[in-house]
Amino acid sequence: MPDSVLTPEKAHAYWQRTSKLMWTILGLWFLASFVVHFFATALNTIVIFGFPFGFYMAAQGSLVVFVVLCAWNAIAQNKIDEEFGVAED
Amino acid sequence: MAYQIGRGDFIANLGKIYGIYTVGFIGFTAGLAVLEQMGVPNRIIGYLYIFMTIGIYALIGVLSRTSEVSEYYVAGRRVPAFYNGMATGADWMSAASFISMAGGLYLQGYDGLAYVLGWTGGYVLVAILLAPYLRKFGQFTVPDFLGTRFGGHFARFIGILVLLCASFTYVVAQVFGVGIITSRFLGMSFELAVFVGLAGILVCSMLGGMRAVTWTQVAQYIILIVAYLIPVVWLSAQKTGVPVPELMYGQALTKITELEKTFGVLKGHATAFADPNGQFSWVRFYNYFFLIFCLMVGTASLPHILMRYFTTPNVRDARASVAWSIFFIFLLYFTAPAYAAFAKWEIYSSVIGQPIASLPAWVQNWSQVAGMLTIRDANGDGILQLAELVINQDIIVLATPEIAGLPYVISGLVAAGGLAAALSTADGLLLAISNALSHDVYYKMIDPKASTGRRLMVSRVLLLVVAVIAAYTASTRPSGIIQMVAWAFSIAAAGLFAPLVLGIWWKRANSIGACCGMIAGFGICLFYLIGTRYFDMPLWWGISNVSCGIFGIPLAFVVTYVVSMMTAPPSKEMQDFIDSIRVPRGAVLTVSGQTRVE
Repeated sequence: MPDSVLTPEKAHAYWQRTSKLMWTILGLWFLASFVVHFFATALNTIVIFGFPFGFYMAAQGSLVVFVVLCAWNAIAQNKIDEEFGVAED
Repeated sequence: MAYQIGRGDFIANLGKIYGIYTVGFIGFTAGLAVLEQMGVPNRIIGYLYIFMTIGIYALIGVLSRTSEVSEYYVAGRRVPAFYNGMATGADWMSAASFISMAGGLYLQGYDGLAYVLGWTGGYVLVAILLAPYLRKFGQFTVPDFLGTRFGGHFARFIGILVLLCASFTYVVAQVFGVGIITSRFLGMSFELAVFVGLAGILVCSMLGGMRAVTWTQVAQYIILIVAYLIPVVWLSAQKTGVPVPELMYGQALTKITELEKTFGVLKGHATAFADPNGQFSWVRFYNYFFLIFCLMVGTASLPHILMRYFTTPNVRDARASVAWSIFFIFLLYFTAPAYAAFAKWEIYSSVIGQPIASLPAWVQNWSQVAGMLTIRDANGDGILQLAELVINQDIIVLATPEIAGLPYVISGLVAAGGLAAALSTADGLLLAISNALSHDVYYKMIDPKASTGRRLMVSRVLLLVVAVIAAYTASTRPSGIIQMVAWAFSIAAAGLFAPLVLGIWWKRANSIGACCGMIAGFGICLFYLIGTRYFDMPLWWGISNVSCGIFGIPLAFVVTYVVSMMTAPPSKEMQDFIDSIRVPRGAVLTVSGQTRVE
């Protein structure tokens, strides 16, 4: 590395951690975006406070998951950055 | 502070400034409510709302005028994450989200939720795959990234083509929305209203570029979210006694289901993937998911959104800013299904089954606006049946204040909110287009020695030219506005997603692979779209052409992979460059033959 921020080994480890976080969140995103809603018809038979559950997940449940995933990504990636000493000043 | 918008003092006092602004706006609304009670005609209230809000945006635009390149293109990279989130929210939520989406949910029930999911989940992709790395790369535009990473003008040029195609389609829809609102509330012809609205768009972006657009969008976000929430909160309090519509509309869904049974409706509001007879349909099933996928991937490919993340002070703020963006967008999208349900409950319970002679006043008012609400007593019994009422999806949000029996001042507020939504998106899109032309085409490809003043002048002139062409196109009333917006997403997704993601995440992707991938993805998407729309080409497997990206997105990935593997890997220098944008700290390496702007 040119500016000696990280040694090649450290850079590799940093990118592995970052990639792992990315794949984890991408997997949860896929569950919330698609997999849950494959079962919408079945979930709609469960009604909670007047909300058919399948409808509720598409209208609101998954949206909450998206907000949480984005916030989690920001926090977790900052931790990784600090651990490897590559956070900005 | 006045002439220092976007600078030190201004940034330090953002909370105070926008706090005073919000209180001032609420005071203004309260003042108008008092005027209404004193008997001031509705028309005057409509005028005051439109001119006051456009006046504020224009004032911010003039105060943030700039002649510095980095201020003009990326707002000086000083926008804090929280405010960039708000600006992105306004940039993102257009006339389609504000005016049409709840109406679409009213008409389509569960199937309409594809828009709610598709227009939110894409931010997860922006957050994990793109935004922080594009911010670290730190240039001015999305084609800048393509040009640098895939070495040369050709990749940049294809990127610009996709950008122009997607953004122009999108901006025409917004100018159209501005025209509808302006014509309704100022009572002028639609064709004229389009150009009046255009003036409102241009004063924000011409003088101050990204700096002006950013601080105007924050102001517009505040107005649009207040305007969206107030009527539905009121309606919820009225119907259920609790002013939290997002929690209480379960009651509305239950009532709707009961009423649907008595009306003999076969496809219920919450029934998923059903044809009009209420039977499960595979075609509807996969079209639902394909549309969600295209909208989400399109979110992560639209340059007017991605360029917002170039404006934060650093990489950490870019990440935080994506999280704030989806939070501010979520506030509206989370509420839209409640809007639709309360409106449907009210209409099903107090309009359907009533004698046509004694319908509520709002039904009478809207049936006078051509094509918005039609009542036809088919069986001649003088009672309104469900099938005898035809309602346009664009009036649900605009009519909700009247449905809830709220004063006219709230209708004016909703119109001001819709206008803010359409103007803010149009501003962002026009800026993305004119930046691509002035920075990427003119400065980077035609005249790299152009002076700063000349570059900004070219940008302003192009902004004007593109805006006038967009307004002209909108004034011809092209059909299917919502469709056009969805097309823009599919086009951007097919052409730009693969090269952006692979450019960052796969070092082996090379120039020729990315160029072939972009051409293949963009090409098949356009082919399917134009073929099915204009040349009667049959649909492939019944896939709707709003999801034309479903063919282009995977093809772009496959072609980029195969061609890259068949040709030589990128140089060591390029691989070091990729390493340098993956890590927040440290300098971005230059690649030979490329110049960097700071």
